[in-house]
Amino acid sequence: MILSFDIIILIFLIVAAIISLNVKDLLSSAMIYGIYGFLICLLWAEMGAVDVAFTEATVGAGVSTVLFIATILNTRRKSSD
Amino acid sequence: MVEFFLNTVKPHFNFWVYVILMMVGLWSLIAKNNLIKKMMGLAIFQTAIILFYVSLGVKDGATIPVLEHYGDYAEKAEPAGPDASKPASKPASKPAPNPASMPAPAASNPADAFANPVPHVLMLTAIVVGVATLGVALALCEMIFKEFDTLEEDELLRKIKALHDDA
Amino acid sequence: MNPKIFASIAVVITGLVLLYGVSDFPTFGDPRSPANSGVEGGAPSTSLYYINESYSATKVPNLVTSVLADYRSYDTMFETVVVFAAGMAIFAILRCVGKDDGAVVAPQRKSSIDGDHNRIIVGMTCRLAVPVVQIFALYVIAHGHYSPGGGFQGGVMLGASFILIALAGNLEDALSRLSERSYMALAALGILIYAGFGVLPQVLGKNFLDYGALQKILLTDGPEMARSHSMLGVEIGVALTVMSIMFAIFANLSSRGTLKGGL
Repeated sequence: MILSFDIIILIFLIVAAIISLNVKDLLSSAMIYGIYGFLICLLWAEMGAVDVAFTEATVGAGVSTVLFIATILNTRRKSSD
Repeated sequence: MVEFFLNTVKPHFNFWVYVILMMVGLWSLIAKNNLIKKMMGLAIFQTAIILFYVSLGVKDGATIPVLEHYGDYAEKAEPAGPDASKPASKPASKPAPNPASMPAPAASNPADAFANPVPHVLMLTAIVVGVATLGVALALCEMIFKEFDTLEEDELLRKIKALHDDA
Repeated sequence: MNPKIFASIAVVITGLVLLYGVSDFPTFGDPRSPANSGVEGGAPSTSLYYINESYSATKVPNLVTSVLADYRSYDTMFETVVVFAAGMAIFAILRCVGKDDGAVVAPQRKSSIDGDHNRIIVGMTCRLAVPVVQIFALYVIAHGHYSPGGGFQGGVMLGASFILIALAGNLEDALSRLSERSYMALAALGILIYAGFGVLPQVLGKNFLDYGALQKILLTDGPEMARSHSMLGVEIGVALTVMSIMFAIFANLSSRGTLKGGL
């Protein structure tokens, strides 16, 4: 449990979450959601939860981002807010 | 100043961040117009809750919950050899697994070397179920787009109202 | 403006209440917190039991796998069923056979990587990468007893390798390697394997999902190795279902149900 590492990653998490929900282009939003997922995987690996980190890296940041992109490309790419 | 930091901020700072993340996700779920942004807010809310659960099992100075030298750890005074792993020959220092007679958590418990595995197990299930329900939600979004040609909530409500007024 | 104002008020109130509740939590990283070692003078927490006793009962060093696939295997079985049900739900919502809807945004049809000379780099890289990913995924499934890993992670990686084929080439490329009938059958087979490992001890007279009763069928020396081998069998079932459903979700979402065009 390294204090400075935790603080930096958690601040990045909040920034990534807020940016991902506020950009108007949905494709960029999905990409930043992928960044958010990988940052959470890093945080869990540092906390000692390696199984959860492995699962989040494949499922959360991998497959989930691909599903978002597949849906966005079949619907509209711009959003109004 | 330093002792304010050590007494108030250091024990709980990460729980504050998880609450902030949950509220960001919840706000986006209610207030955003686009359906895909709502789904993204839901996903952020879910990961914040999973973060909270997993961080309950963290122990200072502990390693991952995988036994490394499993010959020596689990059978402490037992002779490692061809006749090991008999449950009857457990060493006397390990009492029977009866919760009432288990030693109260004293200092330097040997189990303190490993992180708590139970939250990890529960959250593995939660992550996979979360992505499955995200898939269903995105499929519904695609069908809504096919039917109404928009994904913005206010236009959807107007079109549904117009449908009801006509029919 | 109304949803935004309402949302802000609700979020601020909830956030303040939660922040007030956070002040009562145990310190982050405390080994003596109630979740980690139990209440003083009361019962110790179950995690102490799993850390101390699970190796001698199941001979599996990875504590997370042994708790997930043996002590809490009922939970894991229904999680697999939920993933399967989600795949069925997407099939029911999106899949439309034969009706070619060429509506507003028709999905683009790329050509297959086998015949197209313009995308030879992408095709070659995909051909090199996919076998490595699949072998690593099989390693992760089989080695889940000794290192971080297990059925879920390996199954998702196998599904991701088929998604890689679909992304590099055409959706028909991936479907020719894992057709719709195959993946539906594999998903059901995975759950059948898991439930079979549960019902077989019942047939022999013990409890549901009691792997120690299988020691006569698996021909091991004692119930511990029977539990270890059954855990591997159960993880294989989980991996089959998760692989099929991950690819099914992607195929249906990217082609909007028709399985013809796609990403």
